Amino acid sequence: MSFDVPDDRGYMESHEWASDEGGTARVGISDFAQDELGDIVFVEFPDEGAEIAHDEQLGVVESIKAVSDLYSPVSGTVTATNDELLDAPELLNDDPYGEGWLVEVDLADESGLDELLSADEYRDQIE
Amino acid sequence: MRYDQATWTREDGDENADTYEPLLAEKRSTEVAVDESPLPDDLTRESVALPDPSEPELARHYTRLSQMNYGVESGPFPLGSCTMKYNPKFTEDVAALPGAGTHPARSAASTQGTLELRHHLQTYLARIGGMHSVTLQPPAGAAGEFTGILVAKAYHEEHGNDRNEIIVPESAHGTNFASAALAGYEVVSLPSAEDGRVDVDALEAAVSDDTAALMLTNPNTLGLFERDIEEIAEIVHGAGGLLYYDGANLNALLGRVRPGDMGFDVMHYNVHKTFATPHGGGGPGAGPVGVVEELAPYLPSPQIEERDGEYERVEPEHTIGKVHGFAGNWLVLLKTYAYIARLGDSGLTDTSAKAVLNANYLASQIDYEIPFSPFHHEFVASADRDAADVAKRMLDYGVHPPTTKWPEIVDEALMTEPTEAETQAALDQLARAFNNAADDSDEALETAPERTAAGRIDQADAARNPRLSWQALDN
Repeated sequence: MSFDVPDDRGYMESHEWASDEGGTARVGISDFAQDELGDIVFVEFPDEGAEIAHDEQLGVVESIKAVSDLYSPVSGTVTATNDELLDAPELLNDDPYGEGWLVEVDLADESGLDELLSADEYRDQIE
Repeated sequence: MRYDQATWTREDGDENADTYEPLLAEKRSTEVAVDESPLPDDLTRESVALPDPSEPELARHYTRLSQMNYGVESGPFPLGSCTMKYNPKFTEDVAALPGAGTHPARSAASTQGTLELRHHLQTYLARIGGMHSVTLQPPAGAAGEFTGILVAKAYHEEHGNDRNEIIVPESAHGTNFASAALAGYEVVSLPSAEDGRVDVDALEAAVSDDTAALMLTNPNTLGLFERDIEEIAEIVHGAGGLLYYDGANLNALLGRVRPGDMGFDVMHYNVHKTFATPHGGGGPGAGPVGVVEELAPYLPSPQIEERDGEYERVEPEHTIGKVHGFAGNWLVLLKTYAYIARLGDSGLTDTSAKAVLNANYLASQIDYEIPFSPFHHEFVASADRDAADVAKRMLDYGVHPPTTKWPEIVDEALMTEPTEAETQAALDQLARAFNNAADDSDEALETAPERTAAGRIDQADAARNPRLSWQALDN
């Protein structure tokens, strides 16, 4: 089974992604992650204004199979959260790279996305 | 105050519905007015509708609810790890005797009989576990774990040992990780070796001056006996750590091998698994803890001791304090006492033999791969297709399915523990359910169950949109 891994963003070994939106980054979980988790029923992420750091806990996602911690791919300040997910956590399953985004982050420094895995590197990891 | 009568009407169920819906009474709203209330207006309501069924309606309602359920008194219930044992009725009779439940605040002098029984039970459990002393106070197995870890922690602190880690095999019950973390320890997860047992080399690498304890269950979650237990004990003790025994699987060893003789220092007893008390389900339970002599001064207070034929409550010298009110849930403990006293040494030894025999007989009758053996009282079969689908199909064959998809070391796990109470006929019934499900088509499995009170549950929808009161059923 092959999973969607768009080239336009960076990935964490722990299956989160971040996309460069010009000074800010959008953060979410990968197609592989949503498939492994199964039907997602609950998601928790930081409020707007929260400071988050690369590889530190970003939130929690709960599926019918498991509760998993989410780790932040980037460091910075949360500027927007996808509150749609609170009522419709299935968006994480249906559209992990689009409507299932989690938070937007004002990056603490420009190099923010450089340490992430490329799409090719992440594809190697999950295959 | 004024109450009006409520009236109820029933609607017939839809015969053609895919899933069975219980015949819930539909209520016509009725006024119940409360003229004056001292509460603020925003905390009161104008009316409340109360049901008013006739007695036969009520009796039928509850009987129907009980028929929609499946319990160990309905048929085989081989939920692995959980040990869903049948609870003999005589234990309930004993707990219901007048005088069984004396008020715990009464003086020791006026409750000598109760204290004597508690003292006997402490002694019985200590003997069964090969321990020096036992506390009856913890109110559940996991609470026993937490108590045992607190005792170990108090021991280390008293001896000036600055240790902050507890090692837990990755196949351990989830409560082990939680108990260690709740007691303030860092949890070090230990991978299993290829044969499903503790990896002794990995353990040697993991222990250090920081190791407070290793938590272990034996036989382990796969039903495998940890053959290297003496070496494991030496490694942990050599590093200055303590060895904690999770009593969840003691029912496999009862009367044959004792945790104390294997080198364990602290243990808890799951009285609902090893003996026969109702599973808690949030209700009162009991999880006694046994310790070796060095740890006895740290047990919760009070302990019951006998002096010159008198029984008294005593506070251990370095007690960790209380982990529950008074003596714990005494009437649950009394059922444990009754079970032990009725079976005696030979009876208890027989239960572990039958638990192991039943698991091995059932395993021999089913067409599933069982990757790890030889096992004791439970085994983990591989479904070779979606284990949850197989389990749901087994419901259609009239039995409760095994635990599914855990432990993860077995692909699509069906963790099966028939318990000692089942007859050969019941085990054959279970085996047929296993094998019929294995032979069924993918379509049959994916739509199962179809013969149960409730059809296939949409688990995701149930979690995303929980309906938590009867009013929500209207929507």
